[in-house]
Amino acid sequence: MQATNILILILGLGCFAFYLGRGRSLALAKPLGGIRHIHSLPSYYGAHVALWCALPSLLLLGLWMIFDDPLINSIVLKSLATGGMVIDASSESLLLNKITNLADGVLPRKGEEPALVVAADLMLKLQEISRWSLTALMMTLTLMGFGWSWSRISSTFRARPQVEKVMEKLLLSCACVAIFTTLGIVLSVLFESIQFFRSVPIDDFVFGLDWSPQTAIREDQVGSSGSFGAVPLFVGTLLISAVAMCIAVPVGLMSAIYLAEYASKSVRSVAKPALEVLAGIPTVVYGFFAALTVAPFLRDLGASFGLTVSSESALAAGGVMGVMIIPFISSLADDVITAVPQSMRDGSLAMGATKSETVRNVIIPAALPGIVGGIMLAVSRAIGETMIVVMAAGMAAKLTANPLESVTTVTVQIVTLLTGDQEFDSPKTLAAFALGLMLFVVTLMLNIFALQIVKKYREQYD
Amino acid sequence: MTKPVNTPVNNLQKIRKSLSRRNRSEWLFRWYGRLAIFIGLVAVTVLFTDIVSKGHGAFRIAYLQLEVEYNRDLIGVDNLTDPEQLILGNWQAVPKQALRQQFPDVSGRSDKRKLYGLVSNGSGFDLKDRLLANPMLLGTRETVWVLADDDIDTYYKSWLDGEPYAARLSDKQVKWIGELHDQGKIRLQFNSNLFTRGDSREPEQAGIRGAVMGSLFTLLLTLMLSFPIGVAAAIYLEEFAPKNGWTDFIEVNINNLAAVPSIIFGLLGLAIFINFFHVPRSVPIVGGLVLTLMTLPTIIITSRAAIKSVPPSIREAALGMGASKYQMVLHHVLPLALPGMLTGAIIGMAQALGESAPLLMIGMVAFIVDIPGGFSDPATVLPVQIFLWADSPERAFIEKTSAAIMVLLSFLIVMNTSAVWLRKRLERRW
Repeated sequence: MQATNILILILGLGCFAFYLGRGRSLALAKPLGGIRHIHSLPSYYGAHVALWCALPSLLLLGLWMIFDDPLINSIVLKSLATGGMVIDASSESLLLNKITNLADGVLPRKGEEPALVVAADLMLKLQEISRWSLTALMMTLTLMGFGWSWSRISSTFRARPQVEKVMEKLLLSCACVAIFTTLGIVLSVLFESIQFFRSVPIDDFVFGLDWSPQTAIREDQVGSSGSFGAVPLFVGTLLISAVAMCIAVPVGLMSAIYLAEYASKSVRSVAKPALEVLAGIPTVVYGFFAALTVAPFLRDLGASFGLTVSSESALAAGGVMGVMIIPFISSLADDVITAVPQSMRDGSLAMGATKSETVRNVIIPAALPGIVGGIMLAVSRAIGETMIVVMAAGMAAKLTANPLESVTTVTVQIVTLLTGDQEFDSPKTLAAFALGLMLFVVTLMLNIFALQIVKKYREQYD
Repeated sequence: MTKPVNTPVNNLQKIRKSLSRRNRSEWLFRWYGRLAIFIGLVAVTVLFTDIVSKGHGAFRIAYLQLEVEYNRDLIGVDNLTDPEQLILGNWQAVPKQALRQQFPDVSGRSDKRKLYGLVSNGSGFDLKDRLLANPMLLGTRETVWVLADDDIDTYYKSWLDGEPYAARLSDKQVKWIGELHDQGKIRLQFNSNLFTRGDSREPEQAGIRGAVMGSLFTLLLTLMLSFPIGVAAAIYLEEFAPKNGWTDFIEVNINNLAAVPSIIFGLLGLAIFINFFHVPRSVPIVGGLVLTLMTLPTIIITSRAAIKSVPPSIREAALGMGASKYQMVLHHVLPLALPGMLTGAIIGMAQALGESAPLLMIGMVAFIVDIPGGFSDPATVLPVQIFLWADSPERAFIEKTSAAIMVLLSFLIVMNTSAVWLRKRLERRW
């Protein structure tokens, strides 16, 4: 039976159990003179039975799905090894892949080594056994849970506290998903990166000036080792982010100030949502716009001034990214500016300052921590932005600070390294994880720092 | 040298002198603000007009009128129920023969090849579908509208607009199209293929149906997972969590996850779901899981805000009437906070619908022709389809890409306006 079918069956049984448990408690309550005479409301008895029915077998299903495949694989490999086949660690995954494909009927069995065909048969048999024993075990658990909880229903049984205790655990585990996600990110990125740093020294990666991640098929080929110096990528990322910030910060900040301090209510109610439209547009759309409209426009414009602008210039990608970030900065700045107490404005105006002087000398200094925090969040966003640069920035790593030339970024390289057909263990794919680690660490530090500042600032005026 | 005395009159003169300068800078400052808003609005307008002006043409596509003959010998099929015959049949011969009859004086191999290039490479299969739907047609003749090749389509549209683009056509093809136009045998029709077909290498055959279905399945899974988990986490953090280091840690985690670049979630999906748990690549299941993890922080944060906005008096009243804490939350707080949570969920889903970077990592960039029918069929999603088309060299794909963007944007506009509407309509001010 398929795992999804079992899941649906168990959930259905759970619902059924709920009604049975509820019915039993109602039946118990009737001779006693109504549900006032049993400890909990009938639905809690139902929920109690349903939880005991479904939860243990669902837990089993989860564990089974994790340990099922590795166990079967190791048994199959062991049987091959006892059959006299020499298996080393490197050929293991390849062999397993082949056997799996044979078992699934993806590869034709004709002409294969007989030992592998036997192994494929063994795998199919084990999978069959696993499926049936899982079904049987889950059914037994469900029935046992049902019987146990059913027998406990009585007029004095404290069903509600029991159910609520389980509920709290469930809620807590949902809240912990966030922790597990972070943990998963850290572990997955770190693990692959360590493997990468085993073949490429970490200082070559962080300080190297040459990035050409081609690894040759043959060992003796020229340039077979590839070079993984990530500095050009960092420089390219910073260059594009800097261009983006040059556009986003002044425009975003000034529009926030204007909307918060000057604009009439009707202007604000039109302009604010219109600017926020920019935040809702998917990045792939910006990428398309940058690559097909802005970049050719800038190239032609440059040509008319006698400048050579690359058709994948950092200016086009960065400029469009800046437009994308405008609403991000403006809404964050708007929040902190409106949070500045009115008394400070009034004080400044009463001293004879003009409105712009109030903004420049009183409001901005008061809101500065919040604004800086917002800008840092925006920088972390620009560094991690992917689609715009994948579509509009270049592929070749070049060490330059000229925004008219084409540069490449960390995210572009991650995408290009991982979207090709690659063996997972090659340094080329692992390099993507090392870049991911860099990206994660840098953005994480920016975020923590920025969130800290924003939080502190908020507390200051609350 | 005598020091100027700070008399009131002197001060007043100083202030008067500086006043015009100060007023000018005030005026300038105000105009900087207006300029900033103007730049933002111009960006919105340019973006939308650019997309629409590039993409509106894709909703109509050129068709040629041909008199085709479903000749048994020509196709090599005499029994329409035999699958082998259907596969081996020479379907493209039908439009080719019709073209030869339409232009009888064309001779020579290269000229003929150019002539055949007028219709789409897949038009033979379209005729096959037509024949299968109506088997009586076998052996008869009929006049049908056949899909034109993408280069013909591009040229014809640009020619109608008065600035012909014939870079990829030969002079003869241009002449033929002129003749067809004079006879009324070429016209633009509504491009239903765009909405009913999957991806294709031929721009005129390509559609977004596959990508839309892929997006649908992926988003459905995302919603089914992230909404319950997000709401449960928000309830726990707001109502039950003790104030200690552990819950602070959870909170910091959630806030940071909301700002982690989306591509990192793609790396997570690749390493954990695909390489560790062996979930197949390119399927909506793994896409949905990755997008769930990505949208979860958004949903948790908005749900917490919604729960927070329910006044404490409601909670106290419920507790005072003897409700347990869970009953208070489930029966009173949750229903009142639900509109806010739904708004957050819609915004999160809109975010997930537009997301493509993490999906590139987990193989949802594959070229997939078939329309996915479930959670475990290989699929791509709308934004990734846009990315793929934008990368294609054919000129006709620019139009298609813009049209796909228009479809994506209209989905997003619908979602976001419904979120705003929901908030205005259902949210209660206390």
